[in-house]
Amino acid sequence: MPECFPTFVAMATATRTPPSPTTPQTAPGTTPRTTPPRRPRRGGLLRTLWGSTIGKKAVMAVSGLVMLAYLVAHMLGNLKVFFGPDDMNGYAHWLRTLGEPVLHHGWFLWVVRVVLLTAVVLHGVCAWQLSRRDLAARPVGYRHRRHRASYATRTMRWGGIILALFLVWHLLDLTTGTVNPRGQAGHPYENIVAGFGTWYTNVIYCVAMLAVGLHVQHGFWGAAQTLGVTRPGLARLCKGGSTVLAVVLTAGFLSVPLGVMTGLVE
Amino acid sequence: MNLTLRIWRQPGADAPGEMVTYEVDGISPDMSFLEMLDTLNERLTARGEEPVAFDHDCREGICGACGMVINGRAHGPERTTACQLHMRHFADGDTVDIEPWRAAAFPVVRDLVVDRSALDRVVGAGGYITAPTGSAPEAHATAVPKPAADAAFAHAECIGCGACVAACPNGSAMLFTSAKVNHLGALPQGAPERESRVLGMVEQMDAEGFGGCTLAGECATACPKGIPMPSIAAMNREYLRAAARR
Ligand code: HEM
Ligand code: FES
Repeated sequence: MPECFPTFVAMATATRTPPSPTTPQTAPGTTPRTTPPRRPRRGGLLRTLWGSTIGKKAVMAVSGLVMLAYLVAHMLGNLKVFFGPDDMNGYAHWLRTLGEPVLHHGWFLWVVRVVLLTAVVLHGVCAWQLSRRDLAARPVGYRHRRHRASYATRTMRWGGIILALFLVWHLLDLTTGTVNPRGQAGHPYENIVAGFGTWYTNVIYCVAMLAVGLHVQHGFWGAAQTLGVTRPGLARLCKGGSTVLAVVLTAGFLSVPLGVMTGLVE
Repeated sequence: MNLTLRIWRQPGADAPGEMVTYEVDGISPDMSFLEMLDTLNERLTARGEEPVAFDHDCREGICGACGMVINGRAHGPERTTACQLHMRHFADGDTVDIEPWRAAAFPVVRDLVVDRSALDRVVGAGGYITAPTGSAPEAHATAVPKPAADAAFAHAECIGCGACVAACPNGSAMLFTSAKVNHLGALPQGAPERESRVLGMVEQMDAEGFGGCTLAGECATACPKGIPMPSIAAMNREYLRAAARR
């Protein structure tokens, strides 16, 4: 239909706004513009990140990954318990001498503690602030309810709170020894065996370790997306990796109380 | 088909609303969901009642005007717009719940109509390229690699209907914003304003009261145009890159 074409062109030109005679047409870039192009607002990286939802999520991702790296090391260290008191206690002592003579005795551990405390605080504060925003952004729910998202995704907030409470208990149990039935400094092996001899310690640890698994399963893959992993191969690796990490961490951590409960460790 | 409809009725922005039950009969499976609502509205009008207000325009799935939550899902059970959803996806005797998009950033105007101008303001904060308009430029003036053109087009498919916001448990507009950011970011024409675009749009998105992303994935499931979840990761990367260079 050749006659269609001219009609189309005529329509296209007819609907185009003709240049107004009062405003002179200027070639781009030849005359100064009345409004200069907006300069990007300055604010610095940290201010920008802390002020935006994506930035706060990135803070959560990085602090979460720092804690996660620690958890992997911690879990592997815990497995020393299966080699007897000398191995375990020797390992605990070595952690205190690590870095000597550059570092003073025990300083390595304190550096780790400061880093972890910073990570926990940043992670918790961002989680709190973002969650409040998220809840406020959907003030009215739907009458027709249905299941949304995976269990791990839906339990990030409560799971995180459980982990925070567990952290307090854990420190009082095996760091300060306050709530441990034995609680003798320098004897982690004996303290572990004594602690997992009580039913409540076993319940608390088992629940918390399942919570860690769920949190990591969503968290690791979440962190990858927050930090912008887009290459399909790497993304698949991170997604699979988060499940593997979650299972390995949970199983590794759980093996210690289970070992004591079954009498494998005594 | 005979259906029981439970529809959110709210006479005005500040008026209280409620779910109201209507029985409709004689619905053809070939009707679109909006035609089914038209049928209801004709009968309501004939009875002297207020018809149900809902947004619609093209009715062919390209304008993004229509949008309602049908049985708890944005645009209903199929991955399409409400105007392109057909009644054959429902069974005779079904009860169907119809609610407006729910988000703090989308105040209800009336019944199923919400104010989505927050999305326009997000686009206004950088979702464009600054170029002298006038006659269309020569198509070959700027060479665009095929993969870039494809990526840009995939994101340009976003019709701004707001289903992602409605489906997200946090009322987040991340998928929408990422579609716009990635659309222009993929093209050479979009490169000069790459940083100010993503920083400005995300800032506006936050200022409008949209929530953040918790990677629930509801948005991508609801999107009638199939904008995928990795778009959000791509925008995150673009944002962090721009923030580092600011
Ligand atoms: C203080 C206690 C904690 C709280 C309140 C908390 C809470 C949260 C919340 C609400 C999220 C956001 C999840 C989402 O919806 O996407 C999150 C993500 C995450 N959490 Fe935690 N969490 C805690 C402890 C931990 C611990 C001990 C780890 C270490 C394994 C961890 C690792 C992560 C990671 C890697 C993410 C992903 C961040 C992202 O999605 O970018 N969290 N946490
Ligand atoms: S009316 Fe245009 S997309 Fe549904």
